[in-house]
Amino acid sequence: MSHPHSQITSLTQLSLKDLSDGLQAGRFSVMEITDAWLARIEKFNPLLNSFITVLADGARTQAQQIDNQIRKGELTHTLAGVPYALKDLFCTDGVLTSCGSKMLHNFVAPYDAHVTTKLKQAGAVLLGKNNMDEFAMGSSNENSAYGVVRNPWNTEYVPGGSSGGGAAAVAARLAPFVLGTDTGGSIRQPASFCGITGIKPTYGRVSRFGMIAFASSLDQAGPMAVSAEDCAIALNVIAGFDERDSTSAQEPVGDYTASLNNSIEGLKIGLPKQFFAAGLDPDVATVIERGVKEFEALGAIIKEIDLPNSHMAVPVYYIIAPAEASSNLSRFDGVRFGHRCDNPKDLRDLYERSRWEGFGEEVKRRIMVGTYALSAGYYDAYYLKAQQVRRLIKQDFVEAFKQVDVIMGPAAPTTAFKIGEKVDDQVAMYLADLYTIPTSLAGLPGMSFPIGFDEHQLPVGMQLIGNYFQEARMLNIAHRYQQTTDWHLRVPAKFA
Amino acid sequence: MEWETVIGLEVHTQLSTHSKIFSGSSTNFGAEPNTQASLVDLGMPGSLPVLNKRAVELAIRFGLAINAKIAPKSVFARKNYFYPDLPKGYQISQLDLPVVAQGHLDIELDNSETKRIGITRAHLEEDAGKSLHEDFHGQSGIDLNRAGTPLLEIVSEPDMRSAKEAVAYLKKLHTLVRYLGISDGNMQEGSFRCDANVSVRKKGEPFGTRAEIKNLNSFRFIEKAINHEVERQITLIESGKKVVQETRLYDPDKDETRSMRGKEDANDYRYFPDPDLLPVDITSADIERALAELPELPEAKKQRFIRELGLSANDVESLTASREVADYFEAVQQQLGDAKLAANWVTGGLSALLNRQGVEIAQSKVAANTLGELLKRIKDGTISASAAKDVLDALWNEEGSVDQIIEQKGLKQVNDTGAIEAMIDQILEANPSQVAEFRAGKDKLMAFFVGQAMRASKGKFNPATVNEILKQKLEG
Repeated sequence: MSHPHSQITSLTQLSLKDLSDGLQAGRFSVMEITDAWLARIEKFNPLLNSFITVLADGARTQAQQIDNQIRKGELTHTLAGVPYALKDLFCTDGVLTSCGSKMLHNFVAPYDAHVTTKLKQAGAVLLGKNNMDEFAMGSSNENSAYGVVRNPWNTEYVPGGSSGGGAAAVAARLAPFVLGTDTGGSIRQPASFCGITGIKPTYGRVSRFGMIAFASSLDQAGPMAVSAEDCAIALNVIAGFDERDSTSAQEPVGDYTASLNNSIEGLKIGLPKQFFAAGLDPDVATVIERGVKEFEALGAIIKEIDLPNSHMAVPVYYIIAPAEASSNLSRFDGVRFGHRCDNPKDLRDLYERSRWEGFGEEVKRRIMVGTYALSAGYYDAYYLKAQQVRRLIKQDFVEAFKQVDVIMGPAAPTTAFKIGEKVDDQVAMYLADLYTIPTSLAGLPGMSFPIGFDEHQLPVGMQLIGNYFQEARMLNIAHRYQQTTDWHLRVPAKFA
Repeated sequence: MEWETVIGLEVHTQLSTHSKIFSGSSTNFGAEPNTQASLVDLGMPGSLPVLNKRAVELAIRFGLAINAKIAPKSVFARKNYFYPDLPKGYQISQLDLPVVAQGHLDIELDNSETKRIGITRAHLEEDAGKSLHEDFHGQSGIDLNRAGTPLLEIVSEPDMRSAKEAVAYLKKLHTLVRYLGISDGNMQEGSFRCDANVSVRKKGEPFGTRAEIKNLNSFRFIEKAINHEVERQITLIESGKKVVQETRLYDPDKDETRSMRGKEDANDYRYFPDPDLLPVDITSADIERALAELPELPEAKKQRFIRELGLSANDVESLTASREVADYFEAVQQQLGDAKLAANWVTGGLSALLNRQGVEIAQSKVAANTLGELLKRIKDGTISASAAKDVLDALWNEEGSVDQIIEQKGLKQVNDTGAIEAMIDQILEANPSQVAEFRAGKDKLMAFFVGQAMRASKGKFNPATVNEILKQKLEG
């Protein structure tokens, strides 16, 4: 803690890769970098509200242990000693895991999520838990019981959501990498809004064990960091089969960093015409089109493709996700954990008031919608029909990937919007995930990486969609782009 | 026109797996509350179910035993409702694609005809926990030890026409699940529970409105509850009222059913496929494996006992009542080489002893091979049948081996004709008036003389020899 300010700044300017290399080479200790990042959190988090919990003591205790282990040669993992933060829906043993909700304001998880365990084993240092939209429901991080998160590029603007706290933290360099989750765009859209790189892997690639569920058939965890290379290093640790999650994929995991420098000469990129139609902000369109040209210049072949059913993705998503959520959130009943109302007069009162008081507006809205969609007499018209359309949407992608290697387009129709701008217009808010939802419904991997800025100096994210389990290829493509550009290295002025 | 009763039954039978259907917790009965509840059983945020494949195997085994269709693809669904002992707010069950569909079970009616009862489906689901109301003032306790215990819900067609038929079906089903080794069938511990759908109609008319009776956990209660419900419905209709569709609870203390909830209060369970669990693919290899594990079923066993061992239909009925009894009998029979003698003792002397001790054959303190040894001593004339009963009691009390006990108690039979003849001469001499009466035609006195001889010998004379000599002396 006696470090000169310059060193704190320099240590927190390092990427995950640089930190890892420096630690292994003994250029600095885990304690030094942990202190440096904690100091930055202390300084800047009040401005952003990107953390719900900061684990200063826990991180230092962990740092000390890992320093010892590295010194003894017991820990040589790439992530050993590298600080990170977790979205506050990954269960963390002995730590508040709130899900951004009053419902879980007192829930200290009694166990570690699969990803938490993996990162602990690798020796990564947990700095804290990131703010998020309540139960991961939202696209602006305005739905948190712990308050709004601000966008580091302009603190009057939202950071996107639901992994908005993590995205803001990485953009402001309060953590070298974080883990988020993506159900309909919750990694990609905030990554786009905050000008960072984030990847939602193929559904089933990362175990959901210990991840508090929003919509089980869509939820997927993934890393968010400055660069594709950093995401690859983090994904290496968390990806892989886990017998505790029945939907976890058996598909073997390679080394995502191994192919980062592969050539992208001759890469066939598909541009869905539906992603460039009405609804796309012209300013965003201009930036995306310029980015596409840059890929062309790198040797890629551009081809227009058709995803004819993608216009149904948002309505389908807003049936399926709330339906699953209405059931997933039934366990929050005030009986065993979480919020319980005072002096319930009977069982019904206990249920009704505990849930009424514990859940926020958007969560209640989605529980109502989901309950309705599953009700007798409506199930066939809504839930079953939505599942049928979901299969059509998936089929669109299967056809598309017969013609192209990857798909690109905007991650979101606009850049970040102002805090409060869309809180009263749910449909406008839901359309923020217009381009990310089709991928989620198909279970495909998708990422967002910075491709430039709009005229308000807000970041624009390029969405990259790969075929199933093609994460290595996607990270390779984004990495090659990042080798020739510096959008991803730019830091908001206030946080430089 | 005569009233006709229509009954369909839903049976929940607990499957004999070591661990729960979606977690690794133990399924043992009677542990301290909440000591057998893991993250999954508690419905902890972030916890996920993982299917216990053994439960599926046992369900397949049941399906094969009732000649049902086994689904090549089976799906788990969530049944959503709020209840304090239902930790996730939904029960994982099956709706559209159960493991087992369209089977049947044949029952024997009083007139010794058989009747085929259709089994619509059998699906897997998890049990709920238990609410405890006794020890808490103004509150309820929740024990989640039972939450997640695997159940097979077996749903019959409305094929039964009387409470007696319903009980015959249940008994048959109860025997079957224990035979198959898929459930211990323990009704006190709730391993075999039944709900009955009961309606009445005039013969030939369409089905009447049904009431569902819950909480039936003994064969006696089931018969009483159904009969009570039938009477209630007939009385209602005959007095011009209507039966309403509802769920009724049987109260064994008052012997009556009372309304629990009406149709309008029925939950909308909002079933949908559980996205945390993948559909289960059941392959022909799975079915072959289940077939290999399928034990000989009661009917086949009966036929074999009659055909190969020359036993009567009467004998085999009780010998095949449970797999344990049949296995015990076969062990005794194989050692002894006398099926009839083995059958008589397993269903007679041993069965009476077990009843007196209040235990099942599986807990018998006299093992099958010990009983076999004992029966050998009857067969080779060492002891009499009545002495054997004393030996059996002594064996139960662990007084020694068969031969030691016979020795200690001096139970060896006297087969020496000279000694027997001398004693009989004495008895006839001492009872001249009875001898005269017998010779005058009072045949019944034969038993008196045999009794005298056996008493005098303290039961050691071979009764067959005694009889023979008496006949010679009295009639000759």
